[in-house]
Amino acid sequence: MHLSKGLSMFYGSRVLENKIDEFLDRISEAGLIYRKAIHVFLEHGVTEDFVTHAEQIGHIESRADELRREIETGLYEQNLIPDLRADVLNLVEDLDRILNAYDASGYRFTIEQPVFPSTQHPDVLALVDSVTNSVEQITIAARAFFRDFNSCRDYIHKVRFYESEADRITTKMKRAVFTSDLPLANKMHVTSFIDMIDNLADMAEDITDRLAIFVIKRDS
Amino acid sequence: MSITSLLFLSSGLFLGWSLGAQDASNVFGTAVASRMVRFKTAAFLCSIFLTLGAVLDGVGAAHTLGTLGSVNAIAGAFVTSFAAAFTVLMMTKLALPVSVSQAVVGSIIGWNLFTDSVTDVNSVVKIASTWVACPVLGALIGALVFAVFRKISKKVKFSLLHRDALLRFAMIVTGAFGSYALGANNMANVVGVFIPVVPFKDFSFFGTSITPVHQLFFIGSVAVAVGVYTYSYNVMMTVGKGILPLTPFASWVVVLSQSLVLFIFASEGLEHFLASHGLPTIPLVPVSSTQAVIGSVIGIGLYRGLAKNIEWNVLLRIMCGWIITPVITALVCFISLYVMKNVFDQTVFVPKTYVISREVLNELKKDGILQKGLEPMTGKSYATQKLLVNEAVRLIPDLKNATTRNILNYAEVIDVRITPEKIKELPSEIFSEKQIDDLESLAGRRFMHRWEIENTLAAMNPEWSLLPQSVLNKKKNKQITEQLQLVEGIFKWE
Repeated sequence: MHLSKGLSMFYGSRVLENKIDEFLDRISEAGLIYRKAIHVFLEHGVTEDFVTHAEQIGHIESRADELRREIETGLYEQNLIPDLRADVLNLVEDLDRILNAYDASGYRFTIEQPVFPSTQHPDVLALVDSVTNSVEQITIAARAFFRDFNSCRDYIHKVRFYESEADRITTKMKRAVFTSDLPLANKMHVTSFIDMIDNLADMAEDITDRLAIFVIKRDS
Repeated sequence: MSITSLLFLSSGLFLGWSLGAQDASNVFGTAVASRMVRFKTAAFLCSIFLTLGAVLDGVGAAHTLGTLGSVNAIAGAFVTSFAAAFTVLMMTKLALPVSVSQAVVGSIIGWNLFTDSVTDVNSVVKIASTWVACPVLGALIGALVFAVFRKISKKVKFSLLHRDALLRFAMIVTGAFGSYALGANNMANVVGVFIPVVPFKDFSFFGTSITPVHQLFFIGSVAVAVGVYTYSYNVMMTVGKGILPLTPFASWVVVLSQSLVLFIFASEGLEHFLASHGLPTIPLVPVSSTQAVIGSVIGIGLYRGLAKNIEWNVLLRIMCGWIITPVITALVCFISLYVMKNVFDQTVFVPKTYVISREVLNELKKDGILQKGLEPMTGKSYATQKLLVNEAVRLIPDLKNATTRNILNYAEVIDVRITPEKIKELPSEIFSEKQIDDLESLAGRRFMHRWEIENTLAAMNPEWSLLPQSVLNKKKNKQITEQLQLVEGIFKWE
């Protein structure tokens, strides 16, 4: 029993590594679809295309949930990376929360259908770009944490850059919304969507802060 | 199988148990404490490999009976084993890592005090020096190995999980080798002394003959395995976590550097290899794996700049444990011997006689050990080592320790009689045909002193003569000394 466990040691790690890779691929994929979905929404509203994209994100989220559970179980069952296991689990769960946020955001657009002033469409797209870029960078940073942690710091730096960019656009947009002639209810509605999108970048930045600590821990 | 034999054997098994409870922590402690290897896996691997080491490799060394060989009565061996095991049990209860072999030497000191024998000062100095030298060497090697492998691990890009699997594999392999070495080197100390009273018979297993010694070593291994399973966990935690929490990488470095310390500074094989290739040799120093492990943990901690994270009070407790272990063992042994002799009326030692005859004095002079000074003692016989040494020191106040040991060795009356029946007991794997022929030609002869038989055999066949002392001759001389000890043991007249 112990011998077979010993032999499966490397195989088990490889399987888990593939699952982590797939999990990160899913987050990255969700970001791309989210970006496409917002483009469609701004151009055509809640069309069939938009709903398909939102559903795609939902499926990705479900698959990612499965992967997360498999990764967590695998780490515990095979007693892998005991010193960093808690950190890795936190990282995977935090990343999963971003996916949940993408998913929830898509459905909120479907249900609430916010009306952005057309003058703000480029800013919305710029905000979504910054936000999805920051999430993309955090997935690259997380991948580096598993594969080549020395380069992790470079990506962490990029996440912070895109997050500040998103904050800057958010502030600009909110200011523009409140100086416009929109009714207050609309103003509140639009800004809540701006906050919701920006929150994705904030989540990415929070993960970055924790990842920076994990890197120091792993380095010691 | 007598009840007494079993009873005597029980203390050997108790010592085996204590060895398991303690020394498994040196090979697997850091791996278990860092949670890289589960305790059950570590205990299983340790038990299997130390049994293999003891049965396959340890039996060869058993003919010299280990450190306890100087104890010449079985009840005495029972008590000395018991005292050592008892002290180690106390230390294990306190979760302190101590050296079992140092506890055994402490026991011998207690036996020496009780029997008025002279304790070899070298063995005391050897123990005391390991308390300092070994942790220092462990720390230096530990820090060096850590620095080198850290650099390598930064250059070679391993993924987190691949690195984890590699480390785990390395820990298991290093631990398995360590366990094998533990069984091969220490089982003779644990049960070797009971070989003369072993109550088992030869039997065949799949065509392989299993000797009583193999069976004894196997039972000893089972006792060690029980020790590993039942009590080693706490000591493992002290070694791997108590002083400084270690990362899995550092944990592996500790086990590796401990093995390196033993290999570089205690391996006669390496010394011989270097000398035979004309390379400078590394001086051998007394080392103990327990102290090397602790040293490595400290070395790595200091290298990583974690001095303030080291639990210095735990370290202090451990070091106090090292010092008091031989002291307490000697005390427990002395008291137990007193009880065994006076309450249970058992023979705890076979009295020896020491005679300073004209021949002994001539021999000492001939071998350049002592030119003059002991003439007033000529013809006198002494019942204990102490009596002889006291008188010798009175005559020669500046008598050196080494000279004293030689005088005792030359003066000891051993009464060896070469009989044809006993010649059959000579193990053919240890003696050459010519050597057995030599002994056969001496049948019927009686020798009263060790040097008599040594000189007689050396004159008959150069295979019996010790070579001039040098690193290259060390191995051969050790083999000849073991052969001579075995001859004495087999032909000793009871």
